[in-house]
Amino acid sequence: MAKIVVDVMLKPEILDPQGNAVAAALPRLGFTFATSVRQGKRFEIEIDGEPTPAQLTEVEKAAEVLLSNPVIENYVVRVEK
Amino acid sequence: MRVGVITFPGTLDDRDAARAVVVGGAEAVSLWHGDADLKSVDAVVLPGGFSYGDYLRCGAISRFAPVMQLVIEAANKGMPVLGICNGFQVLCESHLLPGALTRNADLHFLCRDQEIEIVNNQTPWTNSFKQGQQIVIPLKNGEGSFQCDDQTLAMLEGEGRIIARYIGENPNGSRNLIAGITNAKGNVVGLMPHPEHAINELTGPSAQGLGFFTSILNAMVK
Repeated sequence: MAKIVVDVMLKPEILDPQGNAVAAALPRLGFTFATSVRQGKRFEIEIDGEPTPAQLTEVEKAAEVLLSNPVIENYVVRVEK
Repeated sequence: MRVGVITFPGTLDDRDAARAVVVGGAEAVSLWHGDADLKSVDAVVLPGGFSYGDYLRCGAISRFAPVMQLVIEAANKGMPVLGICNGFQVLCESHLLPGALTRNADLHFLCRDQEIEIVNNQTPWTNSFKQGQQIVIPLKNGEGSFQCDDQTLAMLEGEGRIIARYIGENPNGSRNLIAGITNAKGNVVGLMPHPEHAINELTGPSAQGLGFFTSILNAMVK
């Protein structure tokens, strides 16, 4: 069994009010390390066996069509060991 | 004149939308998200709400509902389609309209009476209004901030495809105060505020929302 991870993030130029709210909350709790925070989504997809290149192409397609909205988001597909 | 009103799981405003269609003078036809038949409607309204619980992204899953495949096909052939609030989000996710609706800039869910200006009265959904007419209808959304890239924004502005703008302070961070847009053909309109909640003064802030529903009748009779 392998796990394929798809990370979806808002494009850098798209305003991220949730990330901004988290960034504003951190210093209130004494965490002063952050200069900015962006919030995204992570999908964990399990498949039987090791992924074939064809399967990874399919996942890329699904990430493009459903998991992300290419108008406002970027995605990265990777296999987690 | 038959106007379909689609109900997805989680749609809230289908009854008000159907009522507005009837008060506007047309016959309202209920369409279910699982329908594989548009029941010979002449136009379609995608009402507001939280279709599929807004899971993944607002409108992202509704786009793939069986009835939407027929709506997309018919819209591309010129059938008038109006998406209100969540319906606007579904139209963007379906790529019938450009851009995307994102979280309100201040994160708050808005529910208030909003003044907007009709800036394109040439669509089948806005022809009852005067160009530049200012109306007050409810605005209620959590993800109503219209976003697109600079090129798309220039295209929308240049081609007169913005149909309504917010008046006064920007309520949700939408680019260029955009409250509604249309597609290149002008038959598909997306609107963030809710005209179907403003069809008489007893239950709404005005009766000015009715103009969207009398417009479609004008468009069909022509």
